[in-house]
Amino acid sequence: MDSVSIALICVAALLATALLAVLAHRAATVGSLVYVSCLVLSLVILVVAGGQLLGGSGEATTMRLPIGLPWVGANFRIDSLCAFFLVVIDLGAAAASLYALGYGRHEHAPERVLPFYPAFLAGMNLVLLAADAFSFLVAWEFMSLTSWALVMAHHHDPENRRAGYIYLVMASFGTLALLLAFGLMAGPAGGYAFAEMRTTVHAAWLPGLVLILALLGAGSKAGLVPLHVWLPLAHPAAPSHVSALMSGVMTKVAIYGFVRIVFDLLGTPAWWWSILVLGLGAITVVLGVLQAVLQRDLKRLLAYSTVENIGIIFIALGLALAFQANGMAGPAALSFTAALLHIFNHSLFKSLLFFGAGAVLNGTGERDIEKLGGLIRTMPQTAFLVLGGCLAISALPPLNGFVSEWLIFQAILVSPDLPQWGLKLMIPAVGAMLALGAALSAACYVRAFGIGFLGRPRSQAASSAHEVDRLSLTAMFMLLGLCLLAGILPGLLIDAVAPTVREVVGHAMPSQASLPWLSIVPVAESRSSYNGLLIFAFIVIATLLTVKGIHRLASRATRRGPAWDCGYPDPSPLTQYTGDSFAQPLRRVFGEFVFLARDKVTMPRPGDQRPARLDVSLRDLVWDMIYVPIQWAVAFAGEKFNTLQFLTIRRYLSLVFAALVSLLLVVAIWA
Amino acid sequence: MIGDLFLQGVQMFLVLALAPLLLGFTRRVKAWLLRRKGPPLLQPYRDLLRLLRKEVVLAENASWLFRSAPYVIFAATWVAAALVPTFATGLEFSWTADLIVITALLGSVRFFLALAGMDVGTSFGGIGSSREMMFASFAEPAMIMIVFTVALVAGTTQLSQVADFVFAHASLRVSLALALVALIIVAIAENTRIPVDNPATHLELTMVHEAMLLEYSGRHLAVIELAAALKLLLYISLIASIFAPWGLTQAGAAPGAYLIAIAAYIGKLAVGGFLLVLFETSIAKMRVFRVPEFLGAALMLGLLGTLLLFVSRTF
Repeated sequence: MDSVSIALICVAALLATALLAVLAHRAATVGSLVYVSCLVLSLVILVVAGGQLLGGSGEATTMRLPIGLPWVGANFRIDSLCAFFLVVIDLGAAAASLYALGYGRHEHAPERVLPFYPAFLAGMNLVLLAADAFSFLVAWEFMSLTSWALVMAHHHDPENRRAGYIYLVMASFGTLALLLAFGLMAGPAGGYAFAEMRTTVHAAWLPGLVLILALLGAGSKAGLVPLHVWLPLAHPAAPSHVSALMSGVMTKVAIYGFVRIVFDLLGTPAWWWSILVLGLGAITVVLGVLQAVLQRDLKRLLAYSTVENIGIIFIALGLALAFQANGMAGPAALSFTAALLHIFNHSLFKSLLFFGAGAVLNGTGERDIEKLGGLIRTMPQTAFLVLGGCLAISALPPLNGFVSEWLIFQAILVSPDLPQWGLKLMIPAVGAMLALGAALSAACYVRAFGIGFLGRPRSQAASSAHEVDRLSLTAMFMLLGLCLLAGILPGLLIDAVAPTVREVVGHAMPSQASLPWLSIVPVAESRSSYNGLLIFAFIVIATLLTVKGIHRLASRATRRGPAWDCGYPDPSPLTQYTGDSFAQPLRRVFGEFVFLARDKVTMPRPGDQRPARLDVSLRDLVWDMIYVPIQWAVAFAGEKFNTLQFLTIRRYLSLVFAALVSLLLVVAIWA
Repeated sequence: MIGDLFLQGVQMFLVLALAPLLLGFTRRVKAWLLRRKGPPLLQPYRDLLRLLRKEVVLAENASWLFRSAPYVIFAATWVAAALVPTFATGLEFSWTADLIVITALLGSVRFFLALAGMDVGTSFGGIGSSREMMFASFAEPAMIMIVFTVALVAGTTQLSQVADFVFAHASLRVSLALALVALIIVAIAENTRIPVDNPATHLELTMVHEAMLLEYSGRHLAVIELAAALKLLLYISLIASIFAPWGLTQAGAAPGAYLIAIAAYIGKLAVGGFLLVLFETSIAKMRVFRVPEFLGAALMLGLLGTLLLFVSRTF
C-alpha cells in the first residue's frame, strides 16, 4: 500500500475516533482510548511520511477520491514538501497525545475536548494531504473550526469567549483570502487541482496579487503581524496540550500553505515579493518578542513568542525568495533549509514549553508568573525541562534553536551578491532585527524562568505546588531529548530535509553527513562551520573537569545559611524582583516608542498617609490603529444598513429593479 | 594529530593561566594612573586560591541551579576563550565554532548568570539580572552586526580565516574602523567596565554584574571570578586577532615561532589592558539608562559598517 492511502486511512481512523468520543462520552475510559488512538495513528503517519522523506525514492504518491467537486474530485498527494510537514505535525501530535494521556485526566469538561481533539489532528493532516484547492480549503476550514471548538472548551471564562470570537472572525477572513488566491490561480477555466495550477500560465499582474492574498490568508493563521491579534488570545485559552498543538503545529500548517502557494504553485518569484515577506517577518519578530517580554500570563507569553518565531521563519523564507528570484540556487537552498529547520525546531521547543506551562497550571492552578516562584524546588523535573526549552528557544548553543538562526545569519552573509538595491539596503536591517529578536527572547525567557521557577514562592499556590504525572513528564523529556539531538547533530537534519529543499527550490545544500566530526558547513569550509557536538562535548568535559578538580584539590565544604542580600534580607517574598520590575528597563527603553508606554509615579508628600502609586499604561498600537477603525466602520455600516430592514414593499421592489439594471449594465460594458 | 591536539591544549591552558594575570595587570596600572601603589601583579591568583579553599555558604533556599551555574558559566566561557586565536591560527578545533557561535556561547553564559542572580530571590539579584539582560539586548545585536561587518570584509566568519585575511590584505577600511569602535564599546559593556559598570564598586545600587553574584561565596565565587577574567582576556584576544593579527603564527610552524608568537600575544594583552585602563580612568561612570544610548551607538556603527559593505565591498 502506498503512503498516501495509509495516511488517508489514518485520517479516517482519527475521524472515527472523534465519532467514538461523541458516542461514548459517558464511559470513564474514553479519554485514554481517544488519546492512545491519536498517539498510535499519528505515529503511523509519522513513520510513513518519515520513511518517504528519508527513503530517498522521492516519488510522490497520489490518490483521487470521487468526492468533492464533481469535475475535480478530491485529490491527495504526498510529495517531499508534504512529507516533511507531515513529520513535523505528527511528531507534535504524538507528543501532545502522550502528554494528554496524563494531563487530560485533570480536564474538568472532557466531553468538550475529546471529540474535537482527534478531529483537529485529522484536519491538519488533511490540509497537508490535499492536492486540489477545494479539498485544501475544506480541510483548512475544518481545522479552523475544530480548533475554535477547542479554544471554546473552557467557555465559562468571558475572556475565552472573546478569544473564540476574534479567532473565528480572523479565521474566516484568512480563508476568504485563500479562497480568492486559489480562485485567481485556477483562472476562468477552473483548474482547481494543484497539478493544473502549476502548469497554468498566469497574467503578469496575477502572481503578485496571489502572493499578497497568500500572505493575508496563511499569514493570519500563522500569526504574522499585524494579523496576529487573535493568536495570543486564542492559543492560551485552549487546554495546554491543545495550546501546544496550535502554537507549535497549526502555525506550521499555515506556513505550509504559504510555501505551497508561493514556492510551488506560483512558479518563479519576482524579487519584490521578498521585500514584502522580509519586512513583515522582521516586524513580526520585534513586535512579537517585545510583547512577550512584557506578558505576565505564562501561556500568553509563549503565544507571543510563537509570533516572534513565525517572523524568523518568514525572514528565512523571504531570503529564499530573494535568492530564487535572482537564480542563486545555492543560497536559496541554504535559506530554505534554515526555514525548514526552524519550523522543525520551533515545533519541538514550543510544544515542550506549552507542556511545561500546562504542568505549572496543573500543579499550582496559576498562569500568572507574578504569583509563582520557587517551582524549581516543588516541581524539579518540570523546572529542568522548561529550562531546557528556554535555552533552546533563546537560540543558545549547543541546543537546536541556535542552529537554525545560525544558518539564517549565514544566508544573510551571502546576500550582498543580490543585485537589487532595495534588498541590499533592507537585508542588513533585517539581520539586525533578527539579532535583536534573539537577544530579547533570551531576556524574555530569563524573566519567565527566573520569576516563575526561581526565587521564593510568591503565593500559597506556588509553595504547595506538586509535580505533574509521569506520562506528561515522559512526553516532555522526549521533546527535550530531540531538541538536544537536533542541536548537536544538525548535519543529519540538514541531510534529512534535503529532498524537500531540492523539490521546492530545485537545489539542495551539500551533503553534511560525510564531513568529519559531524560538523556543518553551509557554503564552504573556509567560510563558516559549526560543530554542535564538539561544543557540547567540550562544555560537558570542561564542567566535569572543573567540578572534579575543585572538589578533589580544593574544598567541598558547604554550609547553609540565610541569604546575604547585602545585610538586609527581608523574609517577605513580596520584596523579590517581580516580572514587571524585571521588564521595566526594557519597557522603558523600547516600550516608550513601540507601545507608547508611560510610567506615572505618584509620590505623596512627606507626612501624607497615602501610599505611593506607580501607574503603567501600555497601548497595543496594532490593535488601536488597525482593528479599532475596522470595528468602528463595521458598526457604523451596520447601523446605516439597518434602515434597509424597515422599507415598504414598493421600495424593496425598486431596489431589486435598480440592482438588476445596474448588473445588466455592468455585463453589457464588460463584454 | 597529537601535536595539533597538544597545541590546542596549550592554548586552552594558556588563556586560563594568563587571565588572572591580565586582571592583576589592569588593577596595577589603574592604581599607578591614580597615583596609588596598587596590589601586586599576582594578587588575583592568591584571591582565587583562597576563595577556592574556603567553604561555601549557600542561602537556605538556593537550588541546584544556583550550585551548578558557576561551573557551567566557567566551562562555557573557557571553551569560548580557547576557540579565539591567541598565538596561532588554524588550530585543531578552530573550525568547531565561528564568531557567531562564540558570541552565542557568551550569550549562554549570560543566560545562566542572570538566572543564578534570580535564584535566591533577593532584590539585588533581580536588579542585576534585569539590567544585564537590558544591556545584552543591545550588546548582542551590536556584536552580530560587528561580526557581519568583519565577515563581509574577510568573506568568512571563521576567526582564524579572518585573522589570516587581515594579515595578508591589511589596508585601512572605513567599515573595519567602524567595527573596531563598536567592538570596543561592546567589550567595555560586556566586561562590566567603566563607564557601563564598575568592577570595583561596593555601592549596591550601582552594581550590575556584582549584584548578580552577591549570594556567591567560596569556590563558586572563585570560578565565576575566573570566568569574568577569562571573558576580559577573550575580548582583548578577539580585538587583537581581528584588528592586529600581526605576530600570530599558523598551526604547523616551528616550535621557536610559537614561543615568539606567545610573547607577542602577551605583549598585545598588555597593550590592550593598558588602553582599557587608560580609557577607564579618564571617564566617569554613566547612569544606567544612558547605557542603552552608549550601546545603541555600537549597534548603529555595526549596522552602518554592514550597510556600507552591502553597498560596495570596497568600503
